[in-house]
Amino acid sequence: VAATYKQSRVEAQSATTSLVSRLLLPVGVPPWMEPWLSLALSLGAVLAVYIPMAGLMALMFIWAERKVSGHIQSRIGPNRVGWFGLLQSIADGIKLIAKEDLCPGGADRLLFRVAPYVAFVPVFVSFLAIPFGPDLVFEPALYTGVVWILAVLSVEVVGVILAGWASNSKWSIYGAMREACQMVSYEVPLGLSIVVGVMTAGTLNLVVMGHMQGGGIHTWLVFASPATAAALLMYFVASLASNKRAPFDLPESESELVAGYHTEYSGLRFSLFYFAEYIGMFIVAAVQVAIFLGAWNDPFGLIGYYHQRFTAEGNDLGLLVVNLAAGGVFFTKALLLVFVQMWVRWTLPRPRIDQVLHMCFKVMLPAAMVVLVVGAGWMLFVEPRPGVPWVDYLPWQWEAWAGHRLDLGWRVISAAAAVMALAAVCGYVLVSFLAARSVRQRLFVAEPIRMVPPMAP
Amino acid sequence: LAGLLFIFFAAVITLSVLGVVLSKQIVRTCVYLLAALLGVAGLYLLLDAEFLAAVQLIIYVGGTLILIVFGVMLTSPNPAYRMQPKAADWWLVAGVAGVMLPAMVAAVLSLPAAQQPAQQTPDGQAMRTLGELFVGPYALPFELAAVILLVVMIGAAYLARATRKKPEAVSR
Repeated sequence: VAATYKQSRVEAQSATTSLVSRLLLPVGVPPWMEPWLSLALSLGAVLAVYIPMAGLMALMFIWAERKVSGHIQSRIGPNRVGWFGLLQSIADGIKLIAKEDLCPGGADRLLFRVAPYVAFVPVFVSFLAIPFGPDLVFEPALYTGVVWILAVLSVEVVGVILAGWASNSKWSIYGAMREACQMVSYEVPLGLSIVVGVMTAGTLNLVVMGHMQGGGIHTWLVFASPATAAALLMYFVASLASNKRAPFDLPESESELVAGYHTEYSGLRFSLFYFAEYIGMFIVAAVQVAIFLGAWNDPFGLIGYYHQRFTAEGNDLGLLVVNLAAGGVFFTKALLLVFVQMWVRWTLPRPRIDQVLHMCFKVMLPAAMVVLVVGAGWMLFVEPRPGVPWVDYLPWQWEAWAGHRLDLGWRVISAAAAVMALAAVCGYVLVSFLAARSVRQRLFVAEPIRMVPPMAP
Repeated sequence: LAGLLFIFFAAVITLSVLGVVLSKQIVRTCVYLLAALLGVAGLYLLLDAEFLAAVQLIIYVGGTLILIVFGVMLTSPNPAYRMQPKAADWWLVAGVAGVMLPAMVAAVLSLPAAQQPAQQTPDGQAMRTLGELFVGPYALPFELAAVILLVVMIGAAYLARATRKKPEAVSR
């Protein structure tokens, strides 16, 4: 069984041909030109696709955060510039570019200028490793996918610390110290919760992980064992902490430290920190989606099925359509998680730094160890269904699961529970949004709440 | 192309290492060290050793470098502290370098000519092979390294604890 499992994984690996290079690379290129041409193509892709996409996403996230926070606090949020205030971030960006680029006296000028870039570039580089679709990947053969993202993101901390240090300000240096403690400690539960997912999948390559989850919602890695479900929650908490999102935004807690490590920054350099934070939100959400929540696959396994079929048939047009659909599904999932991050930020209060560290070392770290052991035990004692869905077997067929009923039972039960929970949350949000007041009021308060009448002129 | 990239990374490493040695501010030294580590990670990437590059970033940049900066922040007398090496330091460093440089050049020259990796493993298999080597033939060194790290950790915790006063005595 193990041999066929391994073999099928290798096949899934070789199925990750780069559609983009097949479509774009002309055929009769002399061999000495090939590396140059692929280098030029990659640079072109980075300049033409990734940088504008990252910038646009950061702008939209900043707008969305202000809208979400407004609605959570019973305000309206930006609504003047453009449709629903959509252009507000662009207006703010223009304002920030026009501002004076200050450098405080007594600051280390070189480091002060370099630090925002050191914080921003790693976030952007890890953006390149995210699989948006089966073939919409910058480098499908990046076999260290997850570790690569973690590694590159760990450079970002250096930028933040340098910013705090070079500002020559008490608030900044407190922010930087908190950032250093928090990041170094929360990397451990973050890594351990990812290890649970990696262990279950048996690969580090995000593309292969995506293919493995292509057989419908019960094949997603969250539902593979109780341990991965717990690891998903732990990853979410640890990713909030490692991305300095509230309730773990101690490095820039504005009620104590003015603005933390970027107190002294203005203009474009200030906005670079914001870009880093908001793209980082998307990246941690995207890693979560790619490892645990089925990557680009829809709950019914259609994308996985049609991708295998079109790849076998060599149907390039079909592959393109499937990839675009997959990209849409991936973005939807990741944006939902980003919304949850914003929701958490505007709902929970901020703990003290000693409480944050206590939670990391005395709660999350032991819990992560237990989850790791449980995950390993589950892999040993509950036989999983080997093989890649749609390649080796039809995941919806009951007969294909003979001998793996316990695995299937857990997957189906947990998937059903998760779907119900998601539906309940979505329904609650939708109903309260449509009713413009909470469901509880609608259910229990007899008299409808009237809007405040407009003032007489 | 690989040659050009190698020259680029080598230049980055050389320049930033010179910066590490010549800079007088310790935090700037750390920044140059960051550039040097990134350059070495680039070299690993050129050698198709992605995992090594990633681990290099995680351990040295994400761990060691941050701890260095952290230690500097906690212990430095003032932010604008500049190191002024004495003449004796120069002579000591020159002596060590004078011995080490010829030794290293000789060692490099005596190596057999560089070879391409004999067999490119399929991408998914490289990590698996590495893991199997760690728990198989090289289990003993691997575990020994783990034990050494554990000893270091316990020792550090013991040292940190021993210097602390009793909390009652401090608070009253």
